[in-house]
Amino acid sequence: MTDFLRVAWIVMRKDLTVEMRSREIVYTTVFFAASCVLVFAFALVREGRPLEDAAAGILWIAIAFAGTLGLGRTFERERHTETLRALMLAPSDRPAIYVGKLLGMLALLAVVEAVLVPLVGIMFHASFLASPLLMLALLVTGTIGFASVGTLFAAMLVRARSRDVLLPVLLYPITIPVIIAGVRGTAALLQATPDEPMARFWVSLLVFFDVVFVTLSLWTFEPLMTES
Amino acid sequence: MTRFLTPLAFLLMVLFAAAPVVVAYTPFEQTMGLVQKIFYFHVPSAMMMFISAFVCGIASAVFLFRKSAQADRLALAAGELVVTFGLIVMTTGPLWGRKAWGVWWQWDAKLTSALLLWMIFIAYLLVRRFGGPGAEKLGAAMAIFGMANVPFVYVASMYWRTLHPAPTVVPSLQPGMRGPFWFCVASFAMLYVLLLTLRRRIEDQQASVEELYLALED
Repeated sequence: MTDFLRVAWIVMRKDLTVEMRSREIVYTTVFFAASCVLVFAFALVREGRPLEDAAAGILWIAIAFAGTLGLGRTFERERHTETLRALMLAPSDRPAIYVGKLLGMLALLAVVEAVLVPLVGIMFHASFLASPLLMLALLVTGTIGFASVGTLFAAMLVRARSRDVLLPVLLYPITIPVIIAGVRGTAALLQATPDEPMARFWVSLLVFFDVVFVTLSLWTFEPLMTES
Repeated sequence: MTRFLTPLAFLLMVLFAAAPVVVAYTPFEQTMGLVQKIFYFHVPSAMMMFISAFVCGIASAVFLFRKSAQADRLALAAGELVVTFGLIVMTTGPLWGRKAWGVWWQWDAKLTSALLLWMIFIAYLLVRRFGGPGAEKLGAAMAIFGMANVPFVYVASMYWRTLHPAPTVVPSLQPGMRGPFWFCVASFAMLYVLLLTLRRRIEDQQASVEELYLALED
């Protein structure tokens, strides 16, 4: 078990070190997320006021779009330098590599969300701080749900043709429950009087989703990544 | 395997020829009248769609962990049938909805989850078609994850609101409707088995042709 965690830790640190040196993915992904928000603003703001519930939707769609971009770029880098093959050749547990990549992805998305949440809050008059703990729980569980499926699919797609198109095609239908739960939970918290029991229900649904999909990913990562 | 296909196809032709007559003699539903009769084709198709999704998911898991090429071909056949039966469901559903609810589409739990399941399997076919080498594995993952996804979508969209008739409609059917309904379910189930077997046979034969071709080249 300690070996497993050590490998995961090393893989994550490797990803973060590479990223810290160029900062390519962080900068582009954050900027992309911000421009998504801007694009939605043109569609969902009337006479200077945003539509009701728009903030929750915009936040989660921007997270999903930026996440897809980040996933694609992270694994494109691995493909370009053939380092994913090297990782797979390493004498370690394959699922540990998956966990390492997932942690790296979560760190990237955490940075994106740290910029995105205040931005949406300011531009769409949304008080994300009304119940900060529940909001944080929604963000954490939602991001894990999205990234767990995304990391697995992006890793599988490294070898596929037309991978840039296939990632969103595969990822969005599967992560719809995350988007529904994230948007509805956030919208419940953004009401004039926050509906905390409702938000708690969505958090628990997301926790359940995370458990099922992380387990499934760990279970299928090994056979999926084995070249036959 | 092939011996029972011809009689089955013949029986099916008889069943589907008889179906309009059987459905025509069912009692009229009071509020919806003629449109209610869509139900006899809509519900059996939806049943086959969900069954086929599970067949595809389980066959994909078997393929992934046992490396059985046969399971993979079965999964492909089942995946195509999800999309085919899904098309029937997605066409008949709105026709009924327009009359019963006044709108073509509602974001209700059953509709959303059926639509999403359908989309997942369209994505499955896209991957298998355009994924290039290794696409079978990608597809298998998609099918397994798609299968696991259905209950989540269902619960999530249930918290909007539910308009679609509950599954309890089926046991509460009045006697005149029950017979024709199960007649249609049986016909669709047989149609499903027939199509699944035929489609898998095509894949099997294609695989053996490829094998022979490779053997010839060597």
